[in-house]
Amino acid sequence: MIAARLWRAAWPPIVVVLGALLFWELAVWFFAVPEYLLPSPRRIGRAMIDDRDRLLAASGRTALATGLGFVGSAAIGIVAGSVLSLVPLARRGVYPLALLLQMVPLVAIAPMLVIWFGYGLPSVAASACIVSLFPVVAGTLDGLQSVDPGLQEIFRIHGAGRVRAWWSLGLPWSLPSVFTGLRIAAGLAVIGAIVGEFTGGFGGDAAPLGGVITSALKQNRTPTVFAAITLAAGLGFVLFGIVNGIGWALLRRWHASAR
Amino acid sequence: MSGPVAEVRDLRRTFRGERGEVEAVGGVDLQLSPGTITVLIGPTGCGKSTVLRIIGGLDAPTSGEVVRDPTVPIGFCFQEPRLLPWRSVRRNVALPLELAGRSRTEALAAADARLAMVGLSDAADRLPAQLSGGMRMRAAVARALVSNPRLLLLDEPFGALDEVTRFRLDEELAAIVRGTGITVLLVTHSISEAVFLGDEVVVMSPRPARIIERFQIPFPTRDAALRGDPEFAVMQTRVLDVLRQGLEATP
Repeated sequence: MIAARLWRAAWPPIVVVLGALLFWELAVWFFAVPEYLLPSPRRIGRAMIDDRDRLLAASGRTALATGLGFVGSAAIGIVAGSVLSLVPLARRGVYPLALLLQMVPLVAIAPMLVIWFGYGLPSVAASACIVSLFPVVAGTLDGLQSVDPGLQEIFRIHGAGRVRAWWSLGLPWSLPSVFTGLRIAAGLAVIGAIVGEFTGGFGGDAAPLGGVITSALKQNRTPTVFAAITLAAGLGFVLFGIVNGIGWALLRRWHASAR
Repeated sequence: MSGPVAEVRDLRRTFRGERGEVEAVGGVDLQLSPGTITVLIGPTGCGKSTVLRIIGGLDAPTSGEVVRDPTVPIGFCFQEPRLLPWRSVRRNVALPLELAGRSRTEALAAADARLAMVGLSDAADRLPAQLSGGMRMRAAVARALVSNPRLLLLDEPFGALDEVTRFRLDEELAAIVRGTGITVLLVTHSISEAVFLGDEVVVMSPRPARIIERFQIPFPTRDAALRGDPEFAVMQTRVLDVLRQGLEATP
């Protein structure tokens, strides 16, 4: 049943991806595009296999930083969104400033993260967290602000305090929009981690995917660059899938978005 | 004979909106005697729900007085069932007790008893979305009764249901409430519902709500057979006539 549903959802994008890869392969062959400009998918696949140990280890490091950053942004985002919802003054004062998280270019502050948190995992995870935070805050706040007034009245009638109403009504009601924010945050967390790795990741054997990309670029190993990019995209896809699966499990019984 | 469970004196309520002030309730006096069902009937939007909400403490009057023992437990039921979509019917009904700090076991046991009362035991584990409109309203009534209220405030609870379901739920409500000693205030715009359920039917004018007539309803029993009683039809006609006069008198 679940396998059938998954297959029904998966086959159209699989067909599109396979078609695009075929087109790419043929175009590179037909126009004789040099490898340093655009390697063919087959060449990228070979680079993945040849460099698998290094790429796998790099993927693990990036996955760890992405995961930590994402969990951090999920926790901070849900708490911050809830506080902003519960305290109107904080909402009016702080929420417009939270937009700064969206406006400030990460590339500009990434070097500062290295100064604040040091090289390696801490600054990379912080980068992933900062980039993916705003959608979670916005999703949580939007959900909490749109709770059905009739249901709020039921809680008021029965003497529920604000924290109890938040826990038993606001939070479950907000779950669909919280998960919308988390799904967006999943992709952004990978981007944040890679950008963080450009400036704050270790190089050499301890390099994460961002480090592999920068060193391969310097050495003109474009197939390796594309292999690392493919793996980074794969990480984002896996994280998105995990978030989607958790959301589906929590919402499928009662919310139309998960049916 | 003890005093009224709730009493309102010269109740007035004015709302201030973008287009100036709107007088919703224009001086209402009402007494809810213990164990009786009082029905407020009037045209849609006349302000009768505002009276109910003020009595229940969900709104404040602009002037006038509401006399009610604040410790008297109140049950509410609205036109929409207002059930939490992620909770089973049983846990929805148990909600007021959980919010009052009772243990979950105790709350669920009380919920089961109320669900049996409204004939929903078989649907206890279902989610609201899996119920019909009538079943959802039954669950809302069970939730309103779960705290053993002495005053039950019903704001057009069956207004969105089809006629046949509504008749059946009126009969079930009469069977549940009568004999339990609960005092009920029901707001409706259905004449047959008002006459079927009420001990007293209070007819309200179009906005601002004022009482234009009170009818004491004499029927000793309220079951399906009452609907075929010629006196029932006569009483409905009398209420209808007063409602019409109220509408015609409005400019």
